[in-house]
Amino acid sequence: MSTETPTPMNRFGPFGGRYVPETLIGALDELSSAYDEAASDQKFSSEVGSLLRDFGGRPTALYHAKRLGEAAGHPSIYLKREDLNHTGAHKINNTIGQALLAIRMGKRRIIAETGAGQHGVATATACALFDLECIVYMGEEDVERQALNVYRMKLLGAEVRAVGSGTRTLKDATNEAIRDWVTSVETTHYIIGSVVGPDPFPRMVRDFQAVIGRETREQILEITGRLPSAVFACVGGGSNAIGIFDSFLSDKEVRLIGVEAAGTGIETGQHAASLAVGKPGVLHGSFSYLLQDEDGQVSPAHSVSAGLDYPGVGPEHSYLKDIGRAEYTAVTDQDALDAFHRLAELEGIIPALESAHAIAYVLKVAAKYRNDGPVVVCLSGRGDKDVSHVAQIEGNEPLV
Amino acid sequence: MDDDVLISKSFKLLGSEGRTALIPYVTAGYPTRDATVPLLERLKDVGADIVELGIPFSDPLADGPTIQRSSFAALENGTTVASVLDDLRTFRDGNDLPIVLFSYLNPILAYGLEAFLSDAVTAGADGILLTDLPTGADPEVEARISESPLALIRLIAPTTPSERVPKVTRGGSGFVYYISRTGVTGARVKLRESLAEELGQIRSVVSLPVAVGFGISTPEQAASVAGVADGVVIGSALIEALDKGGIDGGADFLHSIRIGMDRG
Ligand SMILES: Cc1ncc(COP(=O)(O)O)c(C=O)c1O
Repeated sequence: MSTETPTPMNRFGPFGGRYVPETLIGALDELSSAYDEAASDQKFSSEVGSLLRDFGGRPTALYHAKRLGEAAGHPSIYLKREDLNHTGAHKINNTIGQALLAIRMGKRRIIAETGAGQHGVATATACALFDLECIVYMGEEDVERQALNVYRMKLLGAEVRAVGSGTRTLKDATNEAIRDWVTSVETTHYIIGSVVGPDPFPRMVRDFQAVIGRETREQILEITGRLPSAVFACVGGGSNAIGIFDSFLSDKEVRLIGVEAAGTGIETGQHAASLAVGKPGVLHGSFSYLLQDEDGQVSPAHSVSAGLDYPGVGPEHSYLKDIGRAEYTAVTDQDALDAFHRLAELEGIIPALESAHAIAYVLKVAAKYRNDGPVVVCLSGRGDKDVSHVAQIEGNEPLV
Repeated sequence: MDDDVLISKSFKLLGSEGRTALIPYVTAGYPTRDATVPLLERLKDVGADIVELGIPFSDPLADGPTIQRSSFAALENGTTVASVLDDLRTFRDGNDLPIVLFSYLNPILAYGLEAFLSDAVTAGADGILLTDLPTGADPEVEARISESPLALIRLIAPTTPSERVPKVTRGGSGFVYYISRTGVTGARVKLRESLAEELGQIRSVVSLPVAVGFGISTPEQAASVAGVADGVVIGSALIEALDKGGIDGGADFLHSIRIGMDRG
């Protein structure tokens, strides 16, 4: 359980909230009480738990990456293998939980937004499993760079709606999903893909992802007999990061480090580093750090990785940053691409481009932690979805 | 609150004449930067009683394709909060048509809430409606707006739980805006059949005038809504008329709505 309870308005300090059209307030109230009720229902948590085990493949391994450690100058780097989850990323932890909740609320039409397509695939998978109607909104640009996942969603019976407005990426896919929800709220549940959006989404998605940190804490204690000196995770909306951070929040000696996308470099303005250089503002229903211009217009984000290509970030991260409990940094597209190759060659693991950001940062700084004990990196997903895109970036013909 | 003088006066006067307020929405800076002032003047001439003037936002998640398009185009034109207030000041010189600014919270926060409230009042705004600031979302921001001379226009949706309805208008003034259907803005072929009944329920607990909007696009629809509401809001359909016929086309369209409403 988290030690950081949201303040009375269900905020994280000043961050979070429910900045949404009036139409959604009733549904958010309903969702909050359904979730609170489910969260305290033993049957619900054991149903989620057994599905994540038997269908999802949990617990995921905590793997001692020795060759990566050698290359980085640190003898004990551990990878939390969320890439080994069914569908290839941590996203399934959340979609199984939310789909079960939707069924509890009697809603059988599901919508979702997706960037990399991992959340879309995980949602489509849960919907296939429970026989729910599934519509996934995805920016046109992402439909192109994540073609494999688009086809996977279709195989799973989902309808993929390409979004051509605005930036044609995750931000506008989210706008479109919210517009659908405003229209269909009486029959539809919106499975949001990260710890973003209006309350109760940030705390609910955190709770579903907190299984990552619970397992990690147990595993590292069992394997090494001590807590890690630092935990690293990439941050798009921030769900895999919050998921792994949550169990360590009260262990003040464990440094928590989130890695955002620096795109072509913070100084170029083409990046997705909302925590590093954004200013607090309101997008998609919550108050949080946000990339925006002087007029309060949201700036387009940029990242080679579709899952990090988002100008906002979950409100709990904004809070952890401001109170100094977590630190946030950013690495460039190029560093992430290099790390993508390094991990493949050193460990036989092709990471998702999102996760490659965390790997890249660890490669840079791990040596500094050499004498402080083990460090853990959340390997949030596997890179199959990115293979074709990376090949293309590196001058090859697209593979799919 | 007696700050929203122009808005209340407008409803009182109309009420005494047995007429319904016509409330067009236009996006400031659309179709061009210099269109706004002449457009406001024309809307007034053809019978607008109050205008909702949209300050464009990059992520208009409560809006359908038409107002998204006008918002993006206005931003491309260089429209900002400051430029909208400039236009308003220019228009206000000699005009007493009540103006409600319509936007999302973030551009206002970026401008600075206190600065915005005081500059908007100076420029001649009468009210403000923020689609992503529902009642209770941010008591501090809401209180500052309520305390300002601007009327805080509240929204009620068909999905607003009935026990919430009386609370929604707390701190609000001027009028309340009833969203006549779940969904984003956009012209619609059919309106809800249960409208009269829904308005009756709202009226039993809310004393402010009730304007109805979202999807009204023909003189017939406007006339039928005018029979049960205190105000009729026309947005997307007006933007579409502007697209087809420019300022003249927009004004002619709004005039046809006015005639439809007054004929009843
Ligand atoms: C593998 C993987 N990691 C990370 C992310 C970023 O999301 P979050 O920051 O919510 O974990 C995504 C999003 O699509 C992803 O697919």
